[in-house]
Amino acid sequence: MKKAFFGLVAVLMLPGLTHSAGGDDPVLTKVMIDQLEVRATDGPDPWVLDAQAWVGRDLQKFWMKVEGEYLDGNATEAEVQALYSRAIAPYWDLQVGWRHDIRPDPSRDWLAVGFEGLAPYWFEVEGAAFIGESGQVGARLKGEYEWMFTQRWVLSPELEMNLHSKDDEEVGVGSGLSDLQLGLRLRYEVRREFAPYVGVNWTRKFGNTADFARDEGEDTNDVQIVAGVRVWF
Amino acid sequence: MSKFYLPPQGGIPLSRRRFVQGLAAGGALLGLGMRPRPSYADQLRVRMGPQVLRGSRFDLSYSPTPVNYTGKERFATAINGSVPAPVLHWKEGDTVTLNVTNHLAEDTSIHWHGIILPSSQDGVPNISDGFMGIAPGETYSYRFPVMQNGTYWYHSHSGFQEQTGAYGAIVIDPLEPEPFSYDRDYVVLLSDWSDEDPNAIYAKLKKLSHYYNFRERTVSESVAEIEEKGWSGFWANRGMWNEMRMSDRDISDVTGYTYTFLMNGVTPADGWLGLFKRGERVRLRFINAAAMTFFDVRIPGLQMTVVAADGQYVEPVSVDEFRIGVAETYDVLVEPHDDRAYTVFAQAIDRSGYARGTLAPDPSLVAEVPSLDRAPILTHGDMGMAMDHSMHDMGGMGPGQQDMPGKGENEPAMGAMKCGAAMMAGMDHSQHDMAAMGQAAKPSMGSGGAGYGTAQPVSYDAVRMGPQVDMLADAAQYRLDDPGVGLRNNGRRVLAYADLFRLGPTDDPREPGREINLHLTGNMSRYMWSMNGIKFADAEPLQLKYGERVRINLINDTMMNHPIHLHGMWSDLETGDGKKIPRKHTAIVQPGAMLSYLVTADAMGGWAYHCHLLYHMPGMFRKVVVS
Repeated sequence: MKKAFFGLVAVLMLPGLTHSAGGDDPVLTKVMIDQLEVRATDGPDPWVLDAQAWVGRDLQKFWMKVEGEYLDGNATEAEVQALYSRAIAPYWDLQVGWRHDIRPDPSRDWLAVGFEGLAPYWFEVEGAAFIGESGQVGARLKGEYEWMFTQRWVLSPELEMNLHSKDDEEVGVGSGLSDLQLGLRLRYEVRREFAPYVGVNWTRKFGNTADFARDEGEDTNDVQIVAGVRVWF
Repeated sequence: MSKFYLPPQGGIPLSRRRFVQGLAAGGALLGLGMRPRPSYADQLRVRMGPQVLRGSRFDLSYSPTPVNYTGKERFATAINGSVPAPVLHWKEGDTVTLNVTNHLAEDTSIHWHGIILPSSQDGVPNISDGFMGIAPGETYSYRFPVMQNGTYWYHSHSGFQEQTGAYGAIVIDPLEPEPFSYDRDYVVLLSDWSDEDPNAIYAKLKKLSHYYNFRERTVSESVAEIEEKGWSGFWANRGMWNEMRMSDRDISDVTGYTYTFLMNGVTPADGWLGLFKRGERVRLRFINAAAMTFFDVRIPGLQMTVVAADGQYVEPVSVDEFRIGVAETYDVLVEPHDDRAYTVFAQAIDRSGYARGTLAPDPSLVAEVPSLDRAPILTHGDMGMAMDHSMHDMGGMGPGQQDMPGKGENEPAMGAMKCGAAMMAGMDHSQHDMAAMGQAAKPSMGSGGAGYGTAQPVSYDAVRMGPQVDMLADAAQYRLDDPGVGLRNNGRRVLAYADLFRLGPTDDPREPGREINLHLTGNMSRYMWSMNGIKFADAEPLQLKYGERVRINLINDTMMNHPIHLHGMWSDLETGDGKKIPRKHTAIVQPGAMLSYLVTADAMGGWAYHCHLLYHMPGMFRKVVVS
């Protein structure tokens, strides 16, 4: 699987060899750490990372998406996606690839098919369907908005929900709407690429997912104060 | 951060001084040694601008040259160690030889902007006949007869070297006496300098297209608008922008956040200096050599009489202010009657900064520097929205009054009505509204004759749609007497293209044999630019038949102003008088608007045809072949 993706990267690079330098469409790289934050809870405070990177050209890119949660020095959640992304409309990219959940144990592999873009009224939207092993099907929807209070103070509400077709008790996932996350973060853009923020994050687990969490002694309804940085380059 | 926010000097609030003011007496201390305290004589020399080279034989040499405009030393791709490059002073009728030596580590070139010459001498690598650029260490000799006079300029046509200082003025003395007289003659060359690598600027725009825009709509503005108009009025106005995911604050891609605006290579902190004696008539040759910045130019206290546009004489027209697009030139005459200093004020179109100079009878005098105007906001008309839409918005109040209360900015609809009658398909429903305004006896714009623009409805068939095109102007119109966003109804007499008429008869009075429609297209958020939805790399050359007279209709399907430059042949701009069609080499097509010009294909070979905004140029570009 990995080989396939590196092969894809090579294909993306190839046109660069045929066009002379100074063309309109150079190969660029962007790394975006949307969230690197600590969340204040009653117990030990988890660190959360939500980051993406791409390499490619205007209309075709290779994407990596990483999400993780660290608690007491252990990764409690870790997910990596490797995607081929192709622009299909002025504001929309189609993304196809592989998702690998490293944590929780045991790991899970998925085929990912999704889209990402900017909806009318400036909503940043990301949606994906995941086809897992043994017929499991997952879906994820993310939305984000940005209110500019000044040219540098930005308030950003966001929403994420995950759905699954079946129970997967080993990793604590229940069928139906599994979890919902609502966040509100206020950042200050010291410069475009660097913005510290504070915010609040509400997470709620539903149905069997909530039951599995309760069995493990975890919260199913949690409001956390968060602080972190948003960085890109 | 000190780079971006220098401490305020004088009475202008900090928020208005966000652009890079530049280091006082630092900028172009080239070859003077970087002494910490330059002498008065040095300072004066810096303020006078670049040297002038005269004759018919010139040795020009590119080399990396240290400059310091902001307190940080950077290397410019300078010509003869000077930014701007030396003024080249030619004589009409001479044959000039220009030996250009490349001491840079990369290929370079010089394009003689606006000069009519053989394709092989035009200096665009891989476009001009037989020209592949000038490799490092090589010398290339240009040689061509000078068949015109006036104000032009020259610049590199390789990579983004124009951003890093590779530009200079050309002044050509005429064979025949000029139709006006003057006592002093100054070049006023405007440009934009960034300490950033231009490739980094381009990459940032691709990653976050509004990276340099710090004039975006804020929540408090929306709240104020809701209080004023109520929710329904707010949504009526905002709806289109929100649905299209466009920003009405998107004026310049690259701004004073990174740019220091220069006048003859002098920072605003120093200010270029032009001397005069009271009662003298002064000719100012304005050249916009910026990479990305349009300037709005005025000299408070002085009327300017525009006598030439793009080097070509026009019927004199007196104005308080004019907009100069990237690569355009305007010659103006001013007559200072008082023994005092005047500020030559060139504010960037997005008001993120200005270039400044002083006209004074004594070097020690300076004049007050006006504050920057309010940042412009695009209107529905700038997006090429249909007329009937703005008619509804207008109610009985006059154009755009409800749309833009208190902003001093009107919809461009008024201009469109005056000159755009009967020209576009989508207008039928508003015809009767305009009938009331009366029609001139002369043929109107859009009547199809030479000088009056096309009579054909705008066709969108040629546009290849896809992710690379984010909008089409569904009702693009001629807006020749619209001075442009940010200049409407500002209380000053502002030049518009409708004011430009050739001094003397039209050169080629033929009717066009055919018409070519070219849409200026793009996707702002992906930062992709193209013509007809096809970028240069994928496009076939545009074929012209030698000797033919053709009309080119440019339709701007974006929300940016694009200065479109055709090499090798004049763009005979249709401004509403077939007998006096002005010749230009670069023409601004306003956002959502349409512009037509006639071209006589009298120059064989390959020519470049492109948007002169440096970071639009790689995509919004065509090769033109005359055969």
